[in-house]
Amino acid sequence: MSAVIQLENVRKVYHTGEVDVHAVRGVSLQLGPGEFVAVMGASGSGKSTLMNMIGCLDRSTEGLYFLDGTDVSKLNRDELADIRNQKIGFVFQGFNLLSRTSALENVELPLLYSHPPVHGRDQRDRALNALEIVGLADRADHHPNQLSGGQQQRVAIARALVNRPALLLADEPTGNLDSQTSIEIMGVFQKLNQDGITIVMVTHELDIARYTRRTVVMRDGRIVTDALVEKRLKAETELQRLREAQQAVQLAP
Amino acid sequence: MRRILATFKIAVRALRRNKLRTVLTMLGMIIGVGAVIAMVSIGNGAKSQVEAQIASLGQNVVMVFSGSFSRGGIRSGWGGAGTLTIDDAEAVQREVPGVTVLSQEVRSRVQVAAGNENWNTQIQGESADYFTVRQWPIVQGTSFGEQDVRSANKVAVIGKTIMDQLYPGEDPVGQIIRIKNAPFKITGVLLAKGLTPWGQDQDDVIIIPYTSAMKRLLGVTTLQSILVQTASPKLLNSVQQQIIDLLRQRHHIGPGKDDDFTVRNQQEIADAATATSKVMTILLAAIASVSLLVGGIGIMNIMLVSVTERTREIGIRMAVGARGRDVLLQFLTEAVTLSVIGGVIGIGLGIGVSKLLSAKMNWPTLTSPGSIVVAFFFSAAVGIFFGFYPARKASQLDPIDALRYE
Repeated sequence: MSAVIQLENVRKVYHTGEVDVHAVRGVSLQLGPGEFVAVMGASGSGKSTLMNMIGCLDRSTEGLYFLDGTDVSKLNRDELADIRNQKIGFVFQGFNLLSRTSALENVELPLLYSHPPVHGRDQRDRALNALEIVGLADRADHHPNQLSGGQQQRVAIARALVNRPALLLADEPTGNLDSQTSIEIMGVFQKLNQDGITIVMVTHELDIARYTRRTVVMRDGRIVTDALVEKRLKAETELQRLREAQQAVQLAP
Repeated sequence: MRRILATFKIAVRALRRNKLRTVLTMLGMIIGVGAVIAMVSIGNGAKSQVEAQIASLGQNVVMVFSGSFSRGGIRSGWGGAGTLTIDDAEAVQREVPGVTVLSQEVRSRVQVAAGNENWNTQIQGESADYFTVRQWPIVQGTSFGEQDVRSANKVAVIGKTIMDQLYPGEDPVGQIIRIKNAPFKITGVLLAKGLTPWGQDQDDVIIIPYTSAMKRLLGVTTLQSILVQTASPKLLNSVQQQIIDLLRQRHHIGPGKDDDFTVRNQQEIADAATATSKVMTILLAAIASVSLLVGGIGIMNIMLVSVTERTREIGIRMAVGARGRDVLLQFLTEAVTLSVIGGVIGIGLGIGVSKLLSAKMNWPTLTSPGSIVVAFFFSAAVGIFFGFYPARKASQLDPIDALRYE
C-alpha cells in the first residue's frame, strides 16, 4: 500500500530580517495508512512548522511532499485549499469553532466549500453522522458556549471527519483540557484509528503520546527519534482505572 | 445558485450578529439613496411642470417676434419695435409651405370694467385660429370667428380670472365688458389654466380679434408677434428658416445685417425653459450623491473592522478548505447586502419624502421608475465598490496567520 504521507528531505526557511531562520532542516518521513503518530519536541523544534506543511497550510521551501499520492509541494493557494477540504481534517488546541453557530453548522462548514458542493439533506445527514461518531448527536443544536471543552473538541473532531479525509491532523488537541477529558479525547482518536483513519498529532505531553502507536521526536528542525510506542495505553482501560480510583476516594470516609 | 444562497445566509447572519452597527451603517445608505431619490423627484417635478407649460403653447409652434435678440447696434428688445406688419403675416401664411394656420398678435395691459367692478388685465389681439393653435378650449359660449376678425368686431373671450373678478356668480357670456371704455361683447370663457411655474396667472387675460385691438383700442399698425403652426414637428426647423428668409427679403435686410425680428421654434423655447430645471436637478442630485458616497465609505469602514474582527473565523474557514474566492465572495456579499437593503429602504424613504413635500408644501415632485431602478443598481454598485477592498484583504490573508490571530 502506498504511503499517506511521504516527506522527502523537506526544508523550511523563514526570511526574517537579516538572518534566515531554518525551522525545518531536511525531514524525511513516511506514514502508511492507519498509523497514529505523535510528533513531539520542545517549542522551536520545528514541529509546528512541520505540521503546517503536512496540513497544507504552508509550503516547504525545499523537498517533496506527497499526500495520498499527490505531490502537493507545487500546488497553488486554491489547490491547497481543496486538498485541505478533501484530504485533511484539522483539530486544534483552541478548538477553533465558530461561535454563535450551532454544533451541526460548525460540522457542516467544510461541506460548504467542497467541490462539487454538498447541499441540503445530504449536508445535514453527513454532519449528523459525523457528530454521531464522536457521540454528540444529541447536542447538534447546541452552540459552542453551551458545550464543555471536551464536547467542543469532539465537535471539532466531527468537523474534521465530515469530508471523510485520509488524514486527521491534531495540534495539541488536549492542551486545553483536563486529564480525564484528555483521555476521553484520546479514546475518540483511538477508536477512529481502529476504524482505519491515519492520525498525526502534535503534543508535548509524554503520557498523551503513549496512547499513539509511533512517536517522532524533533529537535532543531530535525527528527531525532522515530520509534514505535511500547506499553501503549488504551484509553478505555485508563478511564476505567480513573473511575475506580475516584470511587475509592468517595467511598473512603 | 445554492452556493450563493448559502453565502447570502452567512452574510445575513453576520449582519444580524451586530444589529446596531448594521443599522447605523445602513443608515448612511438609506439617507444617501433617499436624498438622491427625493432631490431627483423635486428636480423632475419642476422640469415636467415647465414642460407642460411649454406644451400649452400649442403643438408645432413657431413664434415670430418683432425686434431682435441679436447683438450689435441698438436693440429694441423683442416685441418692441414695430417691424412686423399684417402683410408680413399674410405673406408667411401664403408663401411658406408647411404653415397650417397662424395668429397675428398684439398685447397690452389695460383697465377693464363691468358693472361697478373694474380690473387691470392683459388683452391679447389674436386671430380666430389662436384657440386651435394653443389648444385652449372654450368652456362657456363660443370663440369669435373669421368674420369678427375681418370686421374688427368688438367681441371678447375672457379668462377664468376675469370672470371671477368681474362677474362673480354670473354667466358672463353675452354681457358687455368695457375695455378702455370701449364696450365689447363677451362670447366665451376659456378653460382655466392656472399659474405658470413662475407664478403668473394665465387666466388673467382677455382675447379679442387683433384687428379690433389694433384699430379700436391701441391705435397701432404693427404686430408684436406672429404665432405660426406647422403641419408636423419635422417641419419646425425648415419653416423657421423659410420665415427668416422671407422676412429678411420683405424687410430689405442686406447680407450681414442683423434681423429686425426674431424667430423661435417651440423646441428652442422648451430647451431654454427646461435648461434651468435640468441644471437644478443635476445640482441637487450631485449634492445628494455626496451623502451616498459618505454612506459607501461607511460601509467600507465597517467592513474593514469586520474583517479584522473576524480574522480568526477567516482562518478557520480557510483551514477547512475555503478558497480565497469563497472568502472574497462572502465579505462582498455582506457589503452588497448592507448597501442594497439600505438602498431599498432609502428608495422608500425618498418616495415618502417627495410625496410629503408635494402634499405639505405643494412642491411638484415626480418620482420616475427609471430613477428608482438606477438608485437600486447604484446602491448595489456602491456595495461592490466599497466592499471590494476589505473583501480582497480578507481573501488574501495567510491561513496560518489568520488562525493564530488573537
